[in-house]
Amino acid sequence: MKEDIIPQVKEKLGNKILDFFEKNKRRYYIEVDKKHIVECAKILFDDLGFRFQTAAGVDCEQNFEILYHFSYDKTGQIVSLRVKLNKEKPEIESLTKVFKAAEWIEREMWELLGINFIGHPNLKHLLLSDDWPEGNFPLREK
Amino acid sequence: MSENKRKIIPIGPYHPLQEEPEFFKLYVDGETVVDIEIEIGYNHRGIEQISTTKHYDQITFSVERICGICSTSHPFAYVNAVEDLLGIDVPLRAKYIRSIIGELERLHSHLLWLGLAGHFIGYNTVWMWSWKYRESVCDILEVISGNRQHYSMFKIGGVRKDIPKDLIPQVEKMCDELIPALDMFKGAIMDDPVIHARLKGVGVLTKEDAISFCVVGPTARASGINIDVRKDDPYAAYGLVEFNVPVLENGDVFDKAVIRVLEMYESIKIIKQCLEALKKEPEGNIEVKVDFIPKGEGIGRHEAPRGEVFHYIRSDGSNRPVRHKIRAPSYMNVASNKVAAVGQSISDAAITLAAVDPCYCCTERTVVVDIENKKVVYTWNDLIKLSQQKTEKIKKSL
Repeated sequence: MKEDIIPQVKEKLGNKILDFFEKNKRRYYIEVDKKHIVECAKILFDDLGFRFQTAAGVDCEQNFEILYHFSYDKTGQIVSLRVKLNKEKPEIESLTKVFKAAEWIEREMWELLGINFIGHPNLKHLLLSDDWPEGNFPLREK
Repeated sequence: MSENKRKIIPIGPYHPLQEEPEFFKLYVDGETVVDIEIEIGYNHRGIEQISTTKHYDQITFSVERICGICSTSHPFAYVNAVEDLLGIDVPLRAKYIRSIIGELERLHSHLLWLGLAGHFIGYNTVWMWSWKYRESVCDILEVISGNRQHYSMFKIGGVRKDIPKDLIPQVEKMCDELIPALDMFKGAIMDDPVIHARLKGVGVLTKEDAISFCVVGPTARASGINIDVRKDDPYAAYGLVEFNVPVLENGDVFDKAVIRVLEMYESIKIIKQCLEALKKEPEGNIEVKVDFIPKGEGIGRHEAPRGEVFHYIRSDGSNRPVRHKIRAPSYMNVASNKVAAVGQSISDAAITLAAVDPCYCCTERTVVVDIENKKVVYTWNDLIKLSQQKTEKIKKSL
């Protein structure tokens, strides 16, 4: 493997890292606070040259989780930024100002999980039809 | 031009044969596309949700149904994800078979795209010939797996069927016969001044836009971004064989076509090396037994014909996942049409939208409607005709 990027990730993210988990030498999960997400995404995407792959919203028992998956294609490593959102008012800053690729996936999480993305330019239905009943989120656990 | 005089060309929304239905609303000013709105979701089947109701072995088959053309891409990425969660390695023979299936699929998928692209710009001979050679690839897949599509070759821990010794010469023969055909297609694209005039500078996706839209696969590699999961994060047998990743700089439809033709040569190279290796490996050792999926998370990916397929799986220790996130390559690539098609003429729209290879089967569903009097101006067939006429015009002027 070419030069490991993870030490740089650790250094640049610094004290924003709440939890660091090395699944194996190619997969890393880093938990950050939701208020730092734009900053962290900028560090990975703009400064370190990561590519945004996609994001996965998960309905856990206590809270919602979003995993933002970033790939570093020079070494094939994947860093997943994990944020936790409370269930009462799930909302987070939109990443659309960092990269355009966030636009669709945020719309998808908005309609399937009911997570609000602050600052998204075009938050409307992507996969579901426009007359989908309000407040009905298919991927939420009942 | 004022808003109300703009015309809208709806392309789409969907056709049951299309694996990624989408609806392009082209806003046109005269002949020029000034804006484009993309709507998807017409065939949203909720497979991510369905996955949470099935056990791990069943999902291998259900995700195979996501795509009708690159049907093995999803099970490939899915088993990679589960094996990443488990932390296991599969037998060498299974790795080679996986790569062979993956590359055969790339061959037939690229040939299919090449044929459609040829048809869109009025090269119907390319269309017929390309699909003729695609048949031989589908036949080989049928010989190996029993199916032309939906091969059902994958399982967690290995593959379901072996490729026995007596089949290997047949696959090799098909590969050898395909190379002259590829030479012909390469010549038809590279040496034809009409194709140069028709496709160069059309539907350009700049490197900056490609990075911001995070496009993948041939769409990214035609815009100068050197990414390929097979090289960057080797899985299956891709770390054990020699191959090149062609990268071009211009980001136009011409480069996207050339990239795909060049990739087919590499696929044949990979298949032949894997077949050689299979001859040395003992037959029958094609899987490791997996009977328990522990709690945890796994990420798997595969370089499908259209780019990186991404699967994320989360297990709570039961026999069904609690979350299964799937991201197909067109999800990233189609969005980039927002910049690639704007500023083009209507006659270039068909080939530009098709250049990211979104499995474009909804051909008969396009109509151009004049908003003011709601009259149908062009059907999709007319659009293709327009595109073909432009090629004719270029031919005559040369």
